[in-house]
Amino acid sequence: MKKRKKLGRNVAIVGAGMSNFGMFKEKNSKDLFVEAFQEMLSSVDKGFDPKDIEALYLGNFTNDFFMHQSHWGPIITDLLGITPKPATRTEGACASSALAFREGVFAIASGFYDAVLVGGVEEMSKRSTTEVAEGLALATVPYEGKVGFTFPGVFGVLATAYFAKYGASHEHLMNVTIKSHNNAPLNPKGQFKATIRDIMNAKIASAQKKGDPLPQWQDEKDFLRDKRANPVVAWPMHLYDCCPISDGAACMLLVAEEIAKNFTDDPIHIIGIGQGSGKGLHAAEELTSFEATRNAAEEAYGMAGIGPGDVQIAEVHDCFSMAEIMHIEDLGFFKPGYGYKAVEEGLTRLDGSKPINTSGGLKCKGHPVGATGIAQIYEIWTQLKQRAGKRQAPIDNLRIGAAHNLGGTGGTCTLTILERR
Amino acid sequence: MENKPFSDISYEQYLSEEKLMGSKCKQCGSVFTPPRPICITCHSSDMEWTQMKGNGKLAGFTCITVGPSFMAQEGFDRNNPYCVGVVQLDEGTRVDARIEGVDAKKPETIRVGMPLTVKFLHRGEGEGKRTFLAFSPV
Repeated sequence: MKKRKKLGRNVAIVGAGMSNFGMFKEKNSKDLFVEAFQEMLSSVDKGFDPKDIEALYLGNFTNDFFMHQSHWGPIITDLLGITPKPATRTEGACASSALAFREGVFAIASGFYDAVLVGGVEEMSKRSTTEVAEGLALATVPYEGKVGFTFPGVFGVLATAYFAKYGASHEHLMNVTIKSHNNAPLNPKGQFKATIRDIMNAKIASAQKKGDPLPQWQDEKDFLRDKRANPVVAWPMHLYDCCPISDGAACMLLVAEEIAKNFTDDPIHIIGIGQGSGKGLHAAEELTSFEATRNAAEEAYGMAGIGPGDVQIAEVHDCFSMAEIMHIEDLGFFKPGYGYKAVEEGLTRLDGSKPINTSGGLKCKGHPVGATGIAQIYEIWTQLKQRAGKRQAPIDNLRIGAAHNLGGTGGTCTLTILERR
Repeated sequence: MENKPFSDISYEQYLSEEKLMGSKCKQCGSVFTPPRPICITCHSSDMEWTQMKGNGKLAGFTCITVGPSFMAQEGFDRNNPYCVGVVQLDEGTRVDARIEGVDAKKPETIRVGMPLTVKFLHRGEGEGKRTFLAFSPV
């Protein structure tokens, strides 16, 4: 029997901040991190002196290639005025900052530190789409990149395999897109704030203004079927199946649970942190599931002593619509092959029985890759603290939420489970 | 052939000789494509080369309209997509490969499960010369 893994001592979140996500010509990584940091500081109910931060763990993936600047740890400790405190950068592709979060938890759990800052930052929009696609593809498995796979392409392959195995189609992926966009206008920090219906109306209004023939879409799916409105990027991934290119930052203050009440009467407790690694498409046992996610889930649920049914709300790594369906199955929320039906039945909507990606997900909130992991945890923190405003999930006694982050083609996955007591 | 290390470089050298090679664990018999130096089933390093027959079926595919620059140099773009996929070999292992001889503009005509056979695409000259693993319908 597997031994249940536990931390040496427990860790809680007492502050959290996130910059606006989007494409910002006038802001660089430092500006974005400052935005997140200032919100984090002001979120600590009883106040926190930055001098008491003992270490920084920072996730960043692509700034080396896109900004020609690496070594971001000390840049950020210097920016915040906390040198010579140690700064450690973590890289796990799009899961980089979930790894920073986890290392921060372990640093406190070990007893070495009492308070650490964990964060993530990414600056992508100053490069062309082709450059970004090539930069991100550096995180594919070598055999994939060499024959011309792109990230949308990887998820295209997984989608065709899933469709063949379970009888789903691109029509089902549209349900994920429409659901994410329905949450989008409710998140003031997100990159996209329009529903698919809003986008259709804007396009119709624009055609009207120009005197062009008016599009004749019957409904949202009809719009998403229109190849001009929603072109193929990597079949069957279309434009609206893909998350955007984004800039952004997020950070959190972690402290030993025994001192959490010094900072807030309402800390959020970290009850499960899991991580896994995976092999790439050619070697994976199956193309419809990520072993790294399954391992992360096993670790996190095991540590928390709960099962997937106990998780009331979750953020999952929807870099592509297909990914969201795979994750909600791998995390055990729905049976394999049933994820697409659960989405179709509305179970993952904001008002569904298992709200998924209330933030709008990577699809609408944006995906500054190195910031995403902590930004996902930020959404769960916000929901648990009943601070999500119009997108607050209408769940009675909301207590337990989880954030799932994926890097590469399933090479690195994490699951973080939070509890409000 | 027996003395080559079980490495990515050897794998690509074999591809340039139009051979699709894998490694086979002499201890437990597990086969790997591309070759692995360490058996992930029993962790033995006692491996031997084994040549794949080059027949298989399509396990998953995609038709890419926005590709990396080396594919753009071959003339692929939004109006001329290319197909890549994962191929399940008859020997039981899988490989990532380009899929030729299908209409990437009509992905609905490409089927998961369709039988495929190997071909080798030689591209570039001199230092830039490389061979792509590809498959096409039987």
